[in-house]
Amino acid sequence: MRFASRAISSLALGALVLALPLFCDAYWLDVCVSIGLYTLLALSLNVILGQAGIFHMGHAAFFAVGAYVTAILNTQAHWPIFAVLPAAGAASAVFALAVARPIIHLRGDYLLVVTIGIVEIVRIALLNDMGGLTGGANGVFGIARPVFFGFKIVKSVHFHYLVWGMVGVSLALFHSLWNSRFGRALNCIKEDDIAAECCGVDVARYKLTAFVLGAFWAGAAGTVYAAKMTTIAPESFNFMESVIIFAVVILSGGSQLGILASSFLFIGLPELLREFSSARMLIFGLAMMMMMIWRPQGLLPPGRRRYRIPGLSGAGGEAGG
Amino acid sequence: MELFFQQVLNGFAVGGIYALVALGYTMVYGVLKLINFAHGDLFAIGAYLGLTLLVSCNLAGILPPLFVMPVVFLMVGLLVALIGFLLERAAYRPLRQAHRLSAVVSALGASIFFQNAVMLIYGARFYVYPDFLRPDFTVSVFGHSLSGIRLLVILASIMLMVMLSAFIHRTKTGAAIRAVAIDQDAARLMGINVDKVISLVFLIGPGLGGTAGLMVGLCYGQIDFTMGWSYGLKAFTSAILGGIGNIPGAMLGGLLLGLVESLSAAYVSMAWKDAIAFLALILILIIRPTGILGERAAEKL
Repeated sequence: MRFASRAISSLALGALVLALPLFCDAYWLDVCVSIGLYTLLALSLNVILGQAGIFHMGHAAFFAVGAYVTAILNTQAHWPIFAVLPAAGAASAVFALAVARPIIHLRGDYLLVVTIGIVEIVRIALLNDMGGLTGGANGVFGIARPVFFGFKIVKSVHFHYLVWGMVGVSLALFHSLWNSRFGRALNCIKEDDIAAECCGVDVARYKLTAFVLGAFWAGAAGTVYAAKMTTIAPESFNFMESVIIFAVVILSGGSQLGILASSFLFIGLPELLREFSSARMLIFGLAMMMMMIWRPQGLLPPGRRRYRIPGLSGAGGEAGG
Repeated sequence: MELFFQQVLNGFAVGGIYALVALGYTMVYGVLKLINFAHGDLFAIGAYLGLTLLVSCNLAGILPPLFVMPVVFLMVGLLVALIGFLLERAAYRPLRQAHRLSAVVSALGASIFFQNAVMLIYGARFYVYPDFLRPDFTVSVFGHSLSGIRLLVILASIMLMVMLSAFIHRTKTGAAIRAVAIDQDAARLMGINVDKVISLVFLIGPGLGGTAGLMVGLCYGQIDFTMGWSYGLKAFTSAILGGIGNIPGAMLGGLLLGLVESLSAAYVSMAWKDAIAFLALILILIIRPTGILGERAAEKL
């Protein structure tokens, strides 16, 4: 029953997203692409922040590494975009491993400010044209369009399907991750890391793995972003960007549906407020406060984990998250 | 050597400002375990209010010269304190029982709100404190001529910090603040009005932050609406560096960060100074995970 209703709602949502280009003009289609990108980023941050409960406010750094690796490999070494995608993800993952390794044991807010520091360091490094590759404040331009089995992805519609296709794949993967041994271990760490440690969960290693996995996904999202924009600059990866991804995850409550809803709200709302022009960010800030006061637990917190225990009579046992 | 002394002085001046702002972060964190991201913007509001009072309201022309600065400092402090008080009521009190990160997002929203409010009221351009307000004199110390206004900023920030320390450690209200920071429930059982203490902290912290904003205007002359984020982030880093929740830690962290920043700007690279400051933070936290003066709280068992 649960499976069936879940399948139906996923299909309905998928159909809705597929049909979006029919209702949108070019401008709103770009907004949809942007929402898709933020969904990807939020899903990847959710592994770290939502599932493992690590206070990570520096996701834009991993996004930036992915985007810049893409840009550099594509413009300098002329790798096609889809060949760069795994490389960009891997570069972000390696970067995450290197920076997270020494700091992973820091507690809550100390980790939070260190991750903010990482975003700033990455942004300054990019701005100062590190290694003569990042192009300083102007960034890198002339990134090629991706070619998918001979089909060149140029228009917003194409990118819409590319991004949302990736979102679909990510949703499926992260859903099974959530239900895996790994997902349960992360949850356990989030609820109480000392108890987790006592149960034999290698807390530092799981946290590090969550970081690396989230960073890989953010790096891949960076590739798509670079290919869509064809020009990237350090200012696209500032602290504010990290804050928005962070806020999307917190407002979502942690479930996948919540992340979709909260991405639409966060990225769509400023666009809807466009007619207020200069006051729109003011209203946006106010809305952020009001939404949190209205739903402190987030839009859609994930339901309790349910398990079917074979051999048990009745509907099945229940185990708490 | 001349350059070195100049840079140490600059470092202490900017460090004193960081420390004053960091006190607001650390005190709020102490009682609520909340990072008040809007605090940096309250500091920026202080800088703008100071300009308005001095120039548009022409207090500089009305009051006798000797009284201008103390009166303006007091007014800015009080006005920003009032905004901080209202902020806590509106944005944080409803989230007192919620998950900590929900309150953080509310604080981020408040920060965006304030920043854009300042931008809408004053415009997106930067403002300059007029020269006649900024006393330009040098003091000679051990044969080095040092900028007088920077010395004044250092003195003023040290004075405010000493006053705050005395208040926190010598008065009954200060003891109540410390008690709430240690254990809210126990403090409530001892008859302390926790809500009142939290409101008081939201008066003191932003008040100090607002005066720090005025100091930035007087010392560096130029203010803009994004200064809340840049200075706020540094001040918050200072608070963490010293051990968040710890008042002497915030002061030490601020001065240290200011010093690191100005020395690295002079001797390493101007463009990389912010990166070096954050790198220093990361290195110190790797060695001391709870900051320089932060106590190693025993993990619950």
